Amino acid sequence: MTGQPGEDYREISFDDRMDGTEFRVSERAHITVDTEVCDSCTVRSCLHVCPAKLFVPRADGGILFNFEQCFECGACYQVCDAEGAITWTYPDGGLGVVFRKG
Amino acid sequence: MTDTYAGPSSASVLLQQPPGKPDFDVLVVGAGPAGSAAALAAARAGCSVALLERGPFPGSKNVYGGVVYGRVLDELVPQWWEEMPVERWVTRRSTMVMTADQALTVDFRSQRWGTAPYNGATAHRADLDGWLAGHAVAAGAVLVPATVATGLLRTTAGTVVGVRTDRPDGDLTARVVIACDGVNSFLAKEAGLHPKQDTARHLTLGVKETLALPREVIEQRFGLTGRDGQDIEILGCTRGIPGGGFLYTNLESVSLGVVVGLPGLATAKVRPEELLADLKAHPAIAPLVRGGRQVEYAAHLIPEGGYDHLPELAGDGLLVAGDAAGMCLAAGIWLEGVNFAIGAGMYAGRAAVAAIGAGDTSQAGLAGYRRALEKSFVLADHRKLRKVPGLVLSERMQRQYPGLICDLAEGLFEVDNPRPKPGLRRLLRTAVRRHGVSPRRLLADAITGMRAFG
Ligand SMILES: Cc1cc2nc3c(=O)[nH]c(=O)nc-3n(C[C@H](O)[C@H](O)[C@H](O)COP(=O)(O)OP(=O)(O)OC[C@H]3O[C@@H](n4cnc5c(N)ncnc54)[C@H](O)[C@@H]3O)c2cc1C
Ligand code: SF4
Ligand code: SF4
Repeated sequence: MTGQPGEDYREISFDDRMDGTEFRVSERAHITVDTEVCDSCTVRSCLHVCPAKLFVPRADGGILFNFEQCFECGACYQVCDAEGAITWTYPDGGLGVVFRKG
Repeated sequence: MTDTYAGPSSASVLLQQPPGKPDFDVLVVGAGPAGSAAALAAARAGCSVALLERGPFPGSKNVYGGVVYGRVLDELVPQWWEEMPVERWVTRRSTMVMTADQALTVDFRSQRWGTAPYNGATAHRADLDGWLAGHAVAAGAVLVPATVATGLLRTTAGTVVGVRTDRPDGDLTARVVIACDGVNSFLAKEAGLHPKQDTARHLTLGVKETLALPREVIEQRFGLTGRDGQDIEILGCTRGIPGGGFLYTNLESVSLGVVVGLPGLATAKVRPEELLADLKAHPAIAPLVRGGRQVEYAAHLIPEGGYDHLPELAGDGLLVAGDAAGMCLAAGIWLEGVNFAIGAGMYAGRAAVAAIGAGDTSQAGLAGYRRALEKSFVLADHRKLRKVPGLVLSERMQRQYPGLICDLAEGLFEVDNPRPKPGLRRLLRTAVRRHGVSPRRLLADAITGMRAFG
């Protein structure tokens, strides 16, 4: 990625997309997902709305969740209407995402 | 460390004994524009003030499109334009309506906006929020970064007397707490100021890419010189999901983003970065952003409920300002929140000072805040535009009007002699029919729009 004119800047992998954003990852998972609740969820809104793509469908139909590169936006808990599926908190003070160009 | 964390289910801590002398007169939670303006106003009036921020520095958790309208600062920071950390001064504002392969742009330029007292500016939040927080500190407020307010401290009678934080022995008490904790505002919710409702309905998700480009390239492509800048607001770029897009110029980067309704995004089963990829590939946008290297990807929620969905703005010992109170104005060509947050924060700070001075910090004693807001642009603009958020996010505005408008323009501009030119009336009739809009609805929307904007 050099930003030279002519290069295809449109196709960028999700990992590259997240590369420029700084995260001070906490040991405590500030968001946890009770995947047992997810097993019976049919809408799966979290898969589509999480801008950091932290919810990933598992082969067996469950959900895999990873808190580390989270923007702390709140979209997931706002769209999930299954009681108890998402336990959502802010990371401890000073940790988590650090935006520079917000 | 305590085991309480700020989240949707955070709970107040009840104090059996009312605290003695409070640690501060005013405690502001959140060093965004609302919080820093509140802290600045209160500190300048001589109150002792603490300004809590969960990020390592002000602005580190914050994201917006990128344009700040600074005139609201005239009262707080005279000659603000001489010191605000600005990328570019907006001298060119455009609204673009697009379909997959068409785009109609209304483009306005004013060189007057490129000179003092200026109109809009692009700036990054880490710079802007830090600068404003610096003014609060210079006025005497104590900035406490890297600290989360995890819940309210309340007396058994329900009066707010401070907050618990995630620091050891982290309770802080105050005569008035001002919650400026942004769109998710757990403090306002915990205090019961927001009616219990389906909140996701009024939320949009904004995702933004910052694309680095050399300064000269930006100036060439956008037709700019020096510190001049352009903003483009876009409608019709979200595959029919209620929302819109933006492209703003910084000094050596551009900010490209889309904003979409949360429920719409969830049901469309489209991921936000796909919408960004669409936009970057659009024939009207691709030549502007070509070769831009992505340096940051960011996302944030926006409260778009407008005037009709404002919460209670005061409780006993508590005020709420900015996005925490849903004071963002999102109405198509407007996506403004920073100026409203600064205005609201300033009035909240002043109302707290007045209530402390009068010795009554109850809900009644703090009621001057709402009155001041109603008289100022903050709530006057929201009241005036109360119908617009719904109109802009409506099915018709999103799925039918962009195509209709583009076809109309295409019909007007197309030259296909020797056939005679069609009249405007016929073009409109054809376009309306083609996009399945009922003429009666079109007229009704036009009238609603005109009333709301006019
Ligand atoms: C994609 C997007 C585009 C936008 N475009 C524009 C635009 O171009 N122009 C414009 O004017 N507005 C725009 N807005 C709206 C604007 O960003 C907001 O209206 C504005 O930031 C509100 O300011 P605030 O101070 O109320 O809240 P915020 O800026 O959200 O600040 C809240 C602060 O509180 C802190 N905080 C939260 N909870 C706690 C806690 N428990 N303890 C301690 N600290 C806490 C946060 O870290 C944050 O610093 C946009 C928003 C988005 C998301
Ligand atoms: S988190 Fe919520 S929306 Fe996502 S799969 Fe689980 S229950 Fe469904
Ligand atoms: S808060 Fe936002 S970024 Fe984090 S997991 Fe939820 S949706 Fe994804």
